[in-house]
Amino acid sequence: MRIFFIVIICFTTFLSCKRQEKEETKAEIIEVTSKKENIPTVDYSGLEPYLTKNDDKIYVVNFWATWCKPCVEELPYFEAITQRYKENNVEVLLVSLDFPNQKESRLIPFVNKKKLLSKVIHFDDENEQEWIPKINNNWTGAIPATIIYNKNRRKFYERSFTEKELESELQTFLN
Amino acid sequence: MQTIKAFLVLTTLVVTTFLSKEIEKGYKVGDFADDFRLENIDGKMVSMADYKDAKGFILVFTCNTCPYSVANEDRIIALDKKYKSKGYPVIAINPNDPAVVPADDMASMKERAKEKGFSFPYLLDKEQKVYPKYGATKTPHVFVLNKEKSKYRVEYIGAIDDSSRNPNNVKEKFVEDAVEALLVGKKPEKVYTRAIGCSIKVAN
Repeated sequence: MRIFFIVIICFTTFLSCKRQEKEETKAEIIEVTSKKENIPTVDYSGLEPYLTKNDDKIYVVNFWATWCKPCVEELPYFEAITQRYKENNVEVLLVSLDFPNQKESRLIPFVNKKKLLSKVIHFDDENEQEWIPKINNNWTGAIPATIIYNKNRRKFYERSFTEKELESELQTFLN
Repeated sequence: MQTIKAFLVLTTLVVTTFLSKEIEKGYKVGDFADDFRLENIDGKMVSMADYKDAKGFILVFTCNTCPYSVANEDRIIALDKKYKSKGYPVIAINPNDPAVVPADDMASMKERAKEKGFSFPYLLDKEQKVYPKYGATKTPHVFVLNKEKSKYRVEYIGAIDDSSRNPNNVKEKFVEDAVEALLVGKKPEKVYTRAIGCSIKVAN
């Protein structure tokens, strides 16, 4: 009987990995007037506290960069989460992997132009061999990548999302 | 009885799906890799079998547009310069769909190769069938292959070195270490490393 359950668990896990990125729907980017000149730059030790919070919130952490096309395409969905779930204790963190020399020239102008509502931090750490497996041991290192976690549960996604897919993943944490 | 039936059906499903997933995930170190036949920037088709004297290959999935690829271009050129004469030439393959990333089309590849003076073939995985077979997930992503008779054994998968963005901070040269080991008839010590990179671009 135990094997039976393991098999079912394997099977459902497999199904959830298998969902493909289809049916693109565009979410609106929310208009706000505040500007974000102040994006902190952190190395892994500075990033870690954001990945290991132990309170009652759900954290959605997205690894992206301004030059990463699929990342930029899915940003509106993360923005929609920020707006839609602010009453539900959900916090989105956008971790930019733009290179150090791109922070002023690309990242800050991009964040201001898109008027991003979610918190943005700039991640700058050259020791990839150390921080990639620390963030998730199954991560091969491609972006976009996303972590959704709360104090009890954590899930890592090395993939792109549609708006629906992201929302349904988040729902599994809300229920 | 019902439970046993359901169990059997599920087991079969799981086994088959896992098997197919295995294939999707690509090669592991120790596997034999299939040859390919892809168009080079000079219009000619290139296969590993064309290299009669090669002892193996440094296969690099890379592209024009990913900043991590660009940051590694000089290092890829240096690898080819150092190891082509020793029997391990570089073959670069662009796995991106130019319909998704126009700046990764053949014309742009030619231009970039000329600008940088690529000394190795720069192939386009036009049908996007080679990169999933190998299990490349990003650019740049390196596979070091060793020729055994007419087969190609995967000996290393991962990054070029331990500092993709900053060549001045490199402490460990993974690909060089792997090829050096193969050159003296040994197995590489490190066979898998992580590599940060841009996901391979596929049309939806």
